[in-house]
Amino acid sequence: MNILVFAEQIDGSFKKSAFEAVSYASQIAQAHNGTVTAVVPGNVSDDKLAELAKFGANKIVSIKHDNLNGFNAETYAKVICKTASAEGSSIVVISNTYSGKSVAPRVAARLKAGIASGVITMPNTTDGFVVRRGVFSGKAFADVNLTTAIKVLAITPNTFNTLENAQAVNLVNEEAGLADADFTTKSIEVSRVTGKIPLTEAEIVISGGRGLKGPENWHLVEDLADALGAATACSKPVSDMHWRPHSEHVGQTGITIKPNLYIAIGISGAIQHLAGVSSSKVIVAINKDAEAPFFKAADYGIVGDAFEIMPKIIEAAKAFKAG
Amino acid sequence: MKILVCVSNVPDTTTKITFTENNTLFNTTGVQFIINPYDELSLTRGLELTEKLGGTVTTITVGLADTEASIRKALAIGATDAVRINAVPTDAYFVAEQIAAYAKDQNFDLIFTGRESIDYNGGQVCGLLAEMLGLPSVNVITSIEIDVNTATMERDIDGGRETVSANLPLVVSAQKELTEPRIPNMRGIMAARTKPLKVVEPTASELTSAAVSFELPAPKGSVKLISVEDAGTLIGILHNEAKII
Repeated sequence: MNILVFAEQIDGSFKKSAFEAVSYASQIAQAHNGTVTAVVPGNVSDDKLAELAKFGANKIVSIKHDNLNGFNAETYAKVICKTASAEGSSIVVISNTYSGKSVAPRVAARLKAGIASGVITMPNTTDGFVVRRGVFSGKAFADVNLTTAIKVLAITPNTFNTLENAQAVNLVNEEAGLADADFTTKSIEVSRVTGKIPLTEAEIVISGGRGLKGPENWHLVEDLADALGAATACSKPVSDMHWRPHSEHVGQTGITIKPNLYIAIGISGAIQHLAGVSSSKVIVAINKDAEAPFFKAADYGIVGDAFEIMPKIIEAAKAFKAG
Repeated sequence: MKILVCVSNVPDTTTKITFTENNTLFNTTGVQFIINPYDELSLTRGLELTEKLGGTVTTITVGLADTEASIRKALAIGATDAVRINAVPTDAYFVAEQIAAYAKDQNFDLIFTGRESIDYNGGQVCGLLAEMLGLPSVNVITSIEIDVNTATMERDIDGGRETVSANLPLVVSAQKELTEPRIPNMRGIMAARTKPLKVVEPTASELTSAAVSFELPAPKGSVKLISVEDAGTLIGILHNEAKII
């Protein structure tokens, strides 16, 4: 059995999510006596490609092409499926990042494969091929049985550990086999937030709500985030009032996150907000209303005025950081 | 231009989720259903585009007759007409196959889906449908403008944003900022009663996946309260007790 992993490169490097996907595939391979092939569209140096072998890739297929350096769902799906066919892969593993979410269903349709996205467990093969995924925006889980010969698993980032399982480096360059006409979408401009930790990748997230009274008070969120190396987030009302950008809105209709630590300041914890954050490992709620629903979902809580509480926490965090 | 908007019928965001039949079925008793919020944004943006450029907006829903309240609401908001594929939407693959079967000879210029449905959260229909129709797809768009035959869009990418362009026909999925949803007015609600709603029987489709059971997350233990005076000790607790920093 071969398991194919799509290892996404961004500007010629891999993110942690790519190593998580290879590690995940490698664990399936070990349980089922299979092999792991990683496919990498776009130009990546041999040194970087070799990193994938460290996490269990038996073979690394590099598809170098200038037009594949930027992500493109249609052409990426073509080269992933071409590799899957050549390798005879029966499982395709893709990290469920924005790019992964775009390409995984295209791969599934091309391979006529059943697909599960947002997967949070290893497959259970005792009765079929069952994986668990979050549904109802984090309010429940579903165990889904994939009944097709080929399966596509889009695994949730930040859920599976990267596991070292070094293999001999077996690098193969393959032609993309694409014509200019295949590149139907064109990238005009890419702007990535630099110097800030992307919300979906952050291990610690500090989030503010209406209780902070206005955007001018966001230093309370940002100072703690800086001290802890955290990303910042906000509740829906805060982004609706344009205190903070929409890209920071976590919750049912915003981004779903599952950091190790989520600190909610001045957020009441409406069901829609909790849906997006309830998978966090540890939740801290700070709110002046002792009846706020967040205290029912939190591990730690402080009932009181955020303007009195936050400076104490920030001071302690700075001291902690200073060692 | 001819626009198709895929509309999913989902439980209201405030719904308390429970299951029946030994945790194999979502319990719809007393649940209020709504148009999937992302599909509502798609619909509104579709209407804005046709108001500017001319054309029609058709909605398509895979669902039984109980989805017609949401479909009528989409017509009240302003859709020209609606199609309902008369089948239970078992999974994204099935839904995409049904929509593809209907759309393949209808010459739509632009097909909208939502980023994901807020019930099953797969976010798969956009990509599946595009691949089945042999069209390009652009996910999680926060803006779209059309110039003759070319769409220019902004979309969310991991850790940032990208501006992309693609020729029509095209399949896109709506992300939150795409536009503000419209509320139907009385004239729209009256007009919706007589707008065409075509019911189409599903085409044959092979099962690719099945939800075998559901589970609710384990309830959290009770919260540990820290006093305001001792707020600074939180950091130590997170380090020593929770071992999370």
